[in-house]
Amino acid sequence: MQSFVINLLNGVSYGLLLFMLSAGLTLIFSMLGVLNFAHASFYMLGAYVGFSVAAHAGFWSALVIAPLIVGAIGAALERWLLRRVRVHGHLPELLLTFGAAYLLGELVKLGWGLSPLSATVPPALDGPLFTLYGAAFARYRAFMMAVSLVMLALLYAVLRVSKTGLIVRAALTHASAVEALGHDVPRVFTGVFAAGTALAALAGVIGAPLFVIEPAMAESLGSIVFVVVVIGGLGSLSGALAASLLVGCVQTFAVASDVSLGGVLAAFGASLPAEWDALTLAQLAPLIPYLLLVAMLALRPRGLFGRRDEHA
Amino acid sequence: MREPFGPSALTATSASTSRRMWRLIAPWLALVLFLAVPPFIWPQSWLLAYLAQTATMIVFALSYNLLLGETGLLSFGHAAYSGLGALVAAHVFNRVGVPLVLLPLIGGLGGALCGVVFGFISTRRAGTAFAMITLGIGELVSAAAWTLPDWFGGEAGVAIDRASGHALGSWSFGPAREAYALIALWCLLASAALFALSRTPFLRLANAVRDNPARAAAIGCYPRRVRHGVVVLSAFFAGVAGTLGLINVELVSSESVGMMRSGAVLIATVIGGTAAFFGPVAGAVVLTFFSVAVASVTRAWLFYLGLFFVVVVVISPDGIAGFMQRHIARVAACGWRMCRAMYLWGAAAALLWTLAAVLAVQWAYAVQFGIDDSASFGVDGLPLWMASSALWFSGVVFMLAASGALSTRYAVRAQARLAMNSRSTRIAGDTQ
Repeated sequence: MQSFVINLLNGVSYGLLLFMLSAGLTLIFSMLGVLNFAHASFYMLGAYVGFSVAAHAGFWSALVIAPLIVGAIGAALERWLLRRVRVHGHLPELLLTFGAAYLLGELVKLGWGLSPLSATVPPALDGPLFTLYGAAFARYRAFMMAVSLVMLALLYAVLRVSKTGLIVRAALTHASAVEALGHDVPRVFTGVFAAGTALAALAGVIGAPLFVIEPAMAESLGSIVFVVVVIGGLGSLSGALAASLLVGCVQTFAVASDVSLGGVLAAFGASLPAEWDALTLAQLAPLIPYLLLVAMLALRPRGLFGRRDEHA
Repeated sequence: MREPFGPSALTATSASTSRRMWRLIAPWLALVLFLAVPPFIWPQSWLLAYLAQTATMIVFALSYNLLLGETGLLSFGHAAYSGLGALVAAHVFNRVGVPLVLLPLIGGLGGALCGVVFGFISTRRAGTAFAMITLGIGELVSAAAWTLPDWFGGEAGVAIDRASGHALGSWSFGPAREAYALIALWCLLASAALFALSRTPFLRLANAVRDNPARAAAIGCYPRRVRHGVVVLSAFFAGVAGTLGLINVELVSSESVGMMRSGAVLIATVIGGTAAFFGPVAGAVVLTFFSVAVASVTRAWLFYLGLFFVVVVVISPDGIAGFMQRHIARVAACGWRMCRAMYLWGAAAALLWTLAAVLAVQWAYAVQFGIDDSASFGVDGLPLWMASSALWFSGVVFMLAASGALSTRYAVRAQARLAMNSRSTRIAGDTQ
């Protein structure tokens, strides 16, 4: 139980990283009505661009420049491609982002090669922040949590307080009325898409030192982010936050635990074949987000905070 | 007033019915010829393997189109059904010894069983949520394939020996030729069954659920139940397709349930076009061409496939089939002479853009990956002077792209002129 607090903090910091991704995804979904399948690819692109920028200009400038570059690429994708297929409905848009995910994956391989890269933590953030019962909590994780929370607060403030946020929220529900008032709604769409992809890139830059930068990182995290968004309820920011923290904590605890599946089920008085008993929870950790998804759908099809879907 | 039917009208209607019959039969004839003729002309083993892969992909893409085209359900985890169906078939074949001829049926039943279970969960939602749930289920199955090695055989997979079953007459199905004959026959059989299925009232209900679930519910069908039924049917044929792949390579591994395969069938179906029955067939042929022929020449095949997919989605969201239909209708309406300029400029633009893109991509791949082993990456496609001088090379690519852009401009202008002409003639016809 000593490491419980540390595990909890690690889980929360991972969950907040997931939230930075799922927030951008949710923002784009509720705005454009399309789930950006390439979102995790933008996260990967952010990590790679951040790696290159950090090698030349240092970590702190990478934190600013990489999201700007990736946001510009996202805006270009929305402006030149997504807008063209919008007339045909949402399905071609989703398919287009699916194709874009393939292309971004190949472009990353083309630009940076196949071998994994490892980003370094800047010296100011290196080392443990504090030790609790002998287990250390890394200073970098605390920084990650701080950045995520600041981004969350900023996003909330911009959406709630500023005039831009007012226009964005109005365009969400009454696009034609906002257009009639003289605002360029398609440009608002492009801006939201750029902001969402920039958020993903920021998550990539600050997440890179914790994971390995490799061409497969988009697939490994991407499907978890989609699961998070469905568990939280599609289009709900607070749902995305709750689901991100839930998945982050549960997965961290599963990885850190050394309980076997047989041990868990024995507590409930159930038993399984011998080959299943030997599996540890840590081995099953990659499955847990998907099992959570299935359980959530069985109990509550619209997700944690999702609106009721008429045709579900 | 309606004109009385004269003899000329009668011959016209009979001609149109015969043309309709021809239009119905021609794609089937093309499919049969495509599957049956090449093995007799070039009996090499790589061609048989290629055709067997195509036949498998055809059934797989057609089964996928039951979901995407007929019911409007986008699935990212279709490989789970084909892979699990093949897995069931492999285990049954190894333990019980079912005749190989009937093995696809077993695989189909295995796939349908998975469809009953997974479909119950996934069809609780439609639209984007359905897509994400299938993605989650697909990931769940492929992650489970790695964690449960005693079912999936771990790294090595579950192997079968197709010659070990009961021989049918003198055919043991050991040689690739006999196995291919079985695969091609099952491919035609499954395609015919899917075609017949697409004409049933149940699939018409599925179409209604796709187009307007609220009204479909109002006329007394449960949209969720219809979707579940379609998922089960589609999973059955996906299981058949997975078993055809198993017969071809005699192995089912954790790759056969992987996300790559789910993505491949989605790409094939969309490239081919979801609105027409034979769209996915065309898409399957194109996809197998990319993954076998292009992949054997260049490492960049995935890039080309992604690019082609994006181009298809942007230019013609209804795929190759929709593109063909639209242009055949236009030529029939305006006449070949009127459309000639547009098609010539369009073909020139497509050619120039393709050339520019291929040169640029090949060069980029040669620069990035050519150093470690350049032999297999098709750098030899580039003349040496081009690869040596970056300035020359970028100049050539720029020229190609510029002339491509110019031809695109002319093609668009010709199309606009054509649209204006046809509209003005129609208005003139109305006022007369």
